[in-house]
Amino acid sequence: MSTEITTDVVVIGAGPCGLFAAFELGLLDLKCHFIDILDRPGGQCAELYPEKPIYDIPGFPVITGQQLTDNLMAQISPFAPEFHFNRMVNSIEKQADGSFRLETDADEIFHTKVVVIAAGGGSFQPKRPPVENIEAFENKSVFYSVRKMDDFRDQDVVIVGGGDSALDWTLNLQPIVRSLTLVHRRDAFKAAPASVNKMKELVMEGKINFLLGQIGKLDGENGQINHVHLITDAGDLSVPATRLLPFFGLTMKLGPVADWGLELNDNTIKVDTEKFETSVPGIFAIGDINYYPGKLKLILSGFHEAALMAQAAKAIVSPGERVVFQYTTSSTKLQKKLGVA
Amino acid sequence: MIIHVTDQQGENHALEGLEGWRVMEVIRDWGLDIKAECGGALSCATCHVYVDKDWLDVVGAPSDEEEDMLDSVGDVRSNSRLSCQILCSDALDGLKVTLAASASKD
Repeated sequence: MSTEITTDVVVIGAGPCGLFAAFELGLLDLKCHFIDILDRPGGQCAELYPEKPIYDIPGFPVITGQQLTDNLMAQISPFAPEFHFNRMVNSIEKQADGSFRLETDADEIFHTKVVVIAAGGGSFQPKRPPVENIEAFENKSVFYSVRKMDDFRDQDVVIVGGGDSALDWTLNLQPIVRSLTLVHRRDAFKAAPASVNKMKELVMEGKINFLLGQIGKLDGENGQINHVHLITDAGDLSVPATRLLPFFGLTMKLGPVADWGLELNDNTIKVDTEKFETSVPGIFAIGDINYYPGKLKLILSGFHEAALMAQAAKAIVSPGERVVFQYTTSSTKLQKKLGVA
Repeated sequence: MIIHVTDQQGENHALEGLEGWRVMEVIRDWGLDIKAECGGALSCATCHVYVDKDWLDVVGAPSDEEEDMLDSVGDVRSNSRLSCQILCSDALDGLKVTLAASASKD
């Protein structure tokens, strides 16, 4: 049975702009639920560059993506937003009363008055290697993650990549597969050295194969591969395979957002610059995913957009209520909400 | 300075570059099909290009960190570079690169 959740605001995307939106919305007494495809908050800051220094956050001469995420999480903690990780919003439907019904791929239904899309460049999806016709085999014999180990039992498995995912699954799947070939373009690995050493031991023991190369072409029919053709320095090579696991990391795709009936501009959502509302009243878009004349994809711009969006969201959730603009430095009311007064 | 870029469809473009800009930024600014999703932070490989053989020595080899990032694309060749790591300078006037399929937005 689906889980049903009712709230004021659903924020799609827990990157820096989405997180800060919970602060601005919280000051106005609006309750937030976050939905994010990653397994932790931070969005691009956490996934793409947690250790990279950022130099253009006002008030911080230098801060890393992870530090910024941690600070934002601390900043919004008084408002206790709720997080739903590892899921994607599949659909948004406007209801007769003006509210929205959202469905996720984790069988949840959210009833909310306001939707804030803060999804950056879209949702993170596994990178598809540029191999002709690979789509035809996906989810049948080509997988980008291991959901059920049993799908790989007694199979001839080819794993591609040199990072932790590739090495971890090489080690984990080896005991149950019929054969396993690890393919990587060079003899150097980003993965943890301990895993690399274990993998090399397995190669020495003849339990797995390691080949230097890249995927060229896939053979098979009806979604079932039977051979993986590799391009290697020593020429082309064909490896019998019934399962392929390419691990090339994640990339951002607009995903289902494109099907929600919002006016788009290229791969971004059109908004106005007063409320940052989309072409559907009640659905807002902030941060890298929105578009308006003069738009700059900067975290600081997303923060500004969050503040203005929150005012408009308040007017939807509490129609007719007079909102007095206040500063956190002087308002005891706001300070009480923050737990500092 | 001019950079010659061949796009994924094989079309050639002569783009004006400015000293100090990254080649990725020039390609993006001219609206060619380059995802460059991390914006030049050397945290993805979606600005992947092949450097023309005649220019390899001038451009130089990728750093270790850049080699690591190249692991995340499936179409690496011996002349692969990330265009965010190539800085425009007079020495590179006339540089020729080809956009890799893995740099495409889709």
